[in-house]
Amino acid sequence: MALVDIRNLTRIFDVSKPWLNRVVERREKSYLTAVSDVSFEIAERTVYALVGESGSGKSTIGKMLVGLLGPSSGAVEIRGTDLARETDAAKVDAVRRDIQMIFQDPFASLNPRWRVRDIIVEPVAARGGDTSGMAERLLEQVGLSAKDAGKFPHEFSGGQRQRICIARALASEPKLIVCDEPTSALDVSVQAQVLNLMSDLKDEFGLTYLFISHDLTVVQHMADRIGVLYLGRLVEEAGPDELFDDPKHPYTQMLLAAAPQLDSFGREVPPPTGEIPDPINPPKGCAFHPRCPLAADVCSQTRPEMRDIRGARVACHMAG
Amino acid sequence: MADPVLSIRDLTVEIPTRYGILRPVSGVSYDIAAGEILGVVGESGAGKSMAGNAVIGLLSPPAHIAAGEIHVRGTRVDQLTGDAMRRLRGKEIGMVFQDPLTSLNPLLRIGDQLTETMLAHLDISRAEAERRAVAALEEVGIPGAAERVGSYPHEFSGGMRQRVVIALALCAEPSLIIADEPTTALDVSVQAQIIALLKKLCRERGTAVMLITHDMGVIAEAADRVAVMYAGQLAELGPVRDVLTAPRHPYTHGLMGSTPLASRGKDRLHQIPGAMPRLDALPDGCAFHPRCPRAHDRCRVSPGPRIEDGGGRAACLFPMVEEAVA
Repeated sequence: MALVDIRNLTRIFDVSKPWLNRVVERREKSYLTAVSDVSFEIAERTVYALVGESGSGKSTIGKMLVGLLGPSSGAVEIRGTDLARETDAAKVDAVRRDIQMIFQDPFASLNPRWRVRDIIVEPVAARGGDTSGMAERLLEQVGLSAKDAGKFPHEFSGGQRQRICIARALASEPKLIVCDEPTSALDVSVQAQVLNLMSDLKDEFGLTYLFISHDLTVVQHMADRIGVLYLGRLVEEAGPDELFDDPKHPYTQMLLAAAPQLDSFGREVPPPTGEIPDPINPPKGCAFHPRCPLAADVCSQTRPEMRDIRGARVACHMAG
Repeated sequence: MADPVLSIRDLTVEIPTRYGILRPVSGVSYDIAAGEILGVVGESGAGKSMAGNAVIGLLSPPAHIAAGEIHVRGTRVDQLTGDAMRRLRGKEIGMVFQDPLTSLNPLLRIGDQLTETMLAHLDISRAEAERRAVAALEEVGIPGAAERVGSYPHEFSGGMRQRVVIALALCAEPSLIIADEPTTALDVSVQAQIIALLKKLCRERGTAVMLITHDMGVIAEAADRVAVMYAGQLAELGPVRDVLTAPRHPYTHGLMGSTPLASRGKDRLHQIPGAMPRLDALPDGCAFHPRCPRAHDRCRVSPGPRIEDGGGRAACLFPMVEEAVA
């Protein structure tokens, strides 16, 4: 059984103006659909990556997975337990223990007034666990020195701080770590160090990652399975080789063509046209149809279902 | 080669602090010819933005140019007074910054920002400036330019705002544009649009561009030549294809190896051990030697050869030759 099973997940935010403005200006309530009917599974000990541009809903899915946000409809099941609906507190607690998160900005996600030791053991200490020597051991595992436990976060560089975040995520011995753009704030050479560390730890501890990123090359390097999001919808899901060698959804094709490559010297390709539409008033039918070169009448009428095409799941009427 | 638009010679920027003098840029020399895009890459703190700010005279005190010369179209600009520099900025040198929202005035319509810039620098009438403002917005691909001149910056999306900034940088027809991380805040598909636009405009007008970025992919796609900076110094300078496919400086080599690449599969990424030294603790000799796999005794005492344009390509005593990137 898959470790994580996400079914028809939808999240709607109320972005209406305040009540008085609505009355005075005669406005309707407005809603933003950040995630719309997304379904996928994450197998144990794999890396599932979500890619997409800003506003595609990738971080919202990550937050719903760890329980920072509740779903509007649909379900997130982790080993058969639906965190949002389960009533047995002990069961919820047991699942929560298995999930940790690493955030994008290591400068914002560490409390500047806490010593590194306290930061790292907090996930365990909060549940009353034994933490003696734990911080020192974890620090060495992520490539820092045991002596660093007594220091404060400001004494470290960005890459080192991200290592501290990883050590903290490992403290409660989780099964699943949600990594939300873990290397976007880092320089290339530091990014390489952190990505290698994450791969090593995955093998060592048998971890499962949900890896959220906008960087296609990083995703290709890390992921076992990749989901491409557009305007809150999953448009394509495939393994990295299939996705990069044979992208089937026109949006994936556009994204891959637009990404700068290291060997694209003086490349002259027509850049993609248009921009991501307003998520408050998304286009009818397929969300991508106004920008799509293949768009036909059906695309502006009905939203495509996920179909299996040559080892990938694709939400497109025309792909094949 | 004709006279370069921008010529930097032995540029050194110093910041005096309580703990001694820091040198975020030290002995950097390069030229940019008309119509050429020079990519400047490096990690954070390598001094790439500092060098750009020095050219446009926007170093914030106490940082100052301690040595070297900067020439723009034959005029020496590093010793100009504030007033003379202000006339030059915008007229001869245009700027595009990372965050388009902070480089536009939120209280002015974009049409007014464009006309004001042109009236300040060009000898034209207001009506002519307004006509050119619409033309400039059309040129950068803003649909419905004639109506959009009356819009405020917040009414545009991020990619459109960056187009407005580019129109603003180009409207006084400068001969040099300094683009400091122009696409870093943008999504991939919008980034591709902005890069294509910059390339097109520069080719058509023969504008020289200094493209400062940390993204090797952007460099490969846009630049003609590339300057790699490390700890305030120029590590390598050369045509983009040569530097990226056959780097001679071990730092460039390491940097290329640590970039995830499709053809490399899922093997471990190459790591450069350690981190860039802090400016107050630069090692003796070559700044890269503590992290360099090829360091010899001589590297610890003597810095690599300085790169002069047209001369050596890598500031390394033992440059790599014909070694493919791992």
